[in-house]
Amino acid sequence: MSLLEIKNLHATVGGVEILKGINLTVDAGEVHSIMGPNGSGKSTLAQVLARRESYEVTKGEILYDGKDLLAMKPEEAACEGVFLAFQYPVEIPGISNAYFLRSALNAIRKYRGEEEMDAMDFLPKLREKMKLLEMDDKLLNRSVNEAFSGGEKKRNEILQMAVLEPRLAILDETDSGLDIDALRIVAQGVNAMRSPDRAILVVTHYQRLLNYIVPDRVHVLVDGKIARSGGPELALELEAKGYGAMEAAAGRA
Amino acid sequence: MSTTNDTIRELAQQEYKWGFVTDIAEERIPKGLNEDVIRVISAKKNEPDFMLEWRLKAFRYWDSLEKKNAEPKWANVKFPPINYQDIVYYSAPKQKKQLKDLSELDPEILRTYEKLGIPLEEQKMLAGVAVDAVFDSVSVATTFKEKLAEAGVIFCSFSEAVQNHPDLVQKYLGTVVPYTDNFYAALNAAVFSDGSFVYVPKGVRCPMELSTYFRINAAETGQFERTLIVADEGAYVSYLEGCTAPIRDQNQLHAAVVELIAFDDAQIKYSTVQNWYPGDKNGKGGIYNFVTKRGACRGKNSKISWTQVETGSSITWKYPSCILQGDNSVGEFYSVALTNNYQQADTGTKMIHMGKNTRSTIVSKGISAGHGQNTYRGQVKILKDATGARNYTQCDSLLIGDLCGAHTFPYIEVKNATARMEHEASTSKIGEDQLFYLRQRGLKTEDAVSMVVNGFCKRVFKELPMEFAVEAQKLLSVSLEGSVG
Repeated sequence: MSLLEIKNLHATVGGVEILKGINLTVDAGEVHSIMGPNGSGKSTLAQVLARRESYEVTKGEILYDGKDLLAMKPEEAACEGVFLAFQYPVEIPGISNAYFLRSALNAIRKYRGEEEMDAMDFLPKLREKMKLLEMDDKLLNRSVNEAFSGGEKKRNEILQMAVLEPRLAILDETDSGLDIDALRIVAQGVNAMRSPDRAILVVTHYQRLLNYIVPDRVHVLVDGKIARSGGPELALELEAKGYGAMEAAAGRA
Repeated sequence: MSTTNDTIRELAQQEYKWGFVTDIAEERIPKGLNEDVIRVISAKKNEPDFMLEWRLKAFRYWDSLEKKNAEPKWANVKFPPINYQDIVYYSAPKQKKQLKDLSELDPEILRTYEKLGIPLEEQKMLAGVAVDAVFDSVSVATTFKEKLAEAGVIFCSFSEAVQNHPDLVQKYLGTVVPYTDNFYAALNAAVFSDGSFVYVPKGVRCPMELSTYFRINAAETGQFERTLIVADEGAYVSYLEGCTAPIRDQNQLHAAVVELIAFDDAQIKYSTVQNWYPGDKNGKGGIYNFVTKRGACRGKNSKISWTQVETGSSITWKYPSCILQGDNSVGEFYSVALTNNYQQADTGTKMIHMGKNTRSTIVSKGISAGHGQNTYRGQVKILKDATGARNYTQCDSLLIGDLCGAHTFPYIEVKNATARMEHEASTSKIGEDQLFYLRQRGLKTEDAVSMVVNGFCKRVFKELPMEFAVEAQKLLSVSLEGSVG
């Protein structure tokens, strides 16, 4: 059984249909990349998978680990192991990163019938992951994403992923706004999460990130549908030729 | 946001946990207010003449206002006219003797305290907090008197203070909030039943935090407490006030007065967590909380801090204030006020700068949910001779859902050109994107809202003594149930 099966997915946002029939299968242990021009629906797909309520699914089904993902609320999907690294992470003033992460972890543990972790046990584990992402200890007590640079926000997303250990991780344009060094660190963090039990979906504009996080499969989204799929070399081809040919083929000028 | 708006209406309101009535036999005088009632109250308490005289003067003054229909009406709150003759002004539980030990206390009363989460025995043994538990209008138990007596601290009920320390009471009573101050202060001065009295002698740091729990029990009994805290030169005291009340159909008037006096180099920290019955989700019933609280920083380098978390009451009308008379004196006001369902609040502070180099800090966090109306009203006054005065004010409002209101009336009056004033204000909503972020990390919507709100209030919670901070967070969560947006 595949970890993720998307069948004929149609989704609408603000009354406009963005996803027009997505079919995609991802197995555990795989890294897939979703690429495409602006407005193609990449982020919409990511948000739908994370179960954002303002994104309305009008047709199709999504099986996650054999379960009906569309029947789940965001927090349920999260507790079942779905993680979205946001493109624009929000700030939560007054709530420290450490407190927030421990609360999230414990919410998931509680759902699974596991014992909650107290601060004493949690902090060393958190510090360990922070080292991997070369993040300063000071960030522990700062409010979630408050006064974080773009790069710090993205690294914070990967840190959270490392702590929450999802089964399906969706990275929504994680590379946007990152400099070369931050890119390397983020990729390092993501690669460290590769495992036979886990699937990673990397949504990105540019091929650059995929030099560091080499995907097993690349899918090109154009106008709400997957126009083409291939191996990692497809990303290189796109970089060389651009999206133009595919867009033309999909009926856009 | 339409689906989240539906969620607002969806969740059932959690029942007011502390809504229950005790079965104690009570001694009550009939409803109504006139000079005879005042005399009865004073006689029952066996008060010295000066007290009766003060009460009578206050009553006559109040009566003159009442007859002129001079009840203040300027607050941003609406309520039906109060019939002052339809209230019982005194009720006391039947007690046969003075109690030395808690085990001698009426077990029914003790059970009441336990339900309220204040097991006196435990507190006595662990936290070392002295509790003066006010049951309706009379203080029932005072613990730790001996320990405090060693330090020279006087902490007892107001009634006891009138008996045992009449000189102190007479010296300070009404010097910060005279009975002429306002309509409700006059009423309180006339009929107040009890409250706390604290005196900390020179140079003494009170060895423990002092605390009082109130409870309004009988129907149609207004609660009129009077608290007086005096910190002599170099003294320090931290006082906690926490209240709960049972469910009642009729509105209950609560018009308390709190006076604080700090002399040279003295500090008073006064913290309140107020969780009185706020009315049901249709706005029926609930307590009216019309309080006058004021601190006089009489001495040089003195400091008075007010910290409050107000989640209860149907209507809240209070402005804990500081009069900064002494040079270098400091006044602080930290507040979280929550209005949900049909609650109304008009609350804030007054900081009056009189001495030189005085400083005041105001941090007000208002949370509105449901149909709640939340108003911040502040006055910062720098008098002519108050050179080098500084004020920092931050008032933030958080709106949950789209049916509530937040209002701000900051008054700033500066009569000295050397003053430095900073004022910041913000209004925000809990964003759908914030909630989604937290939910995507596994948190249920209610926990997500709680988290955002706690983050919003953090600056104020930091000022609360530890045990109160925990209670405050829980209180906020309970009060916000059913308000998700």
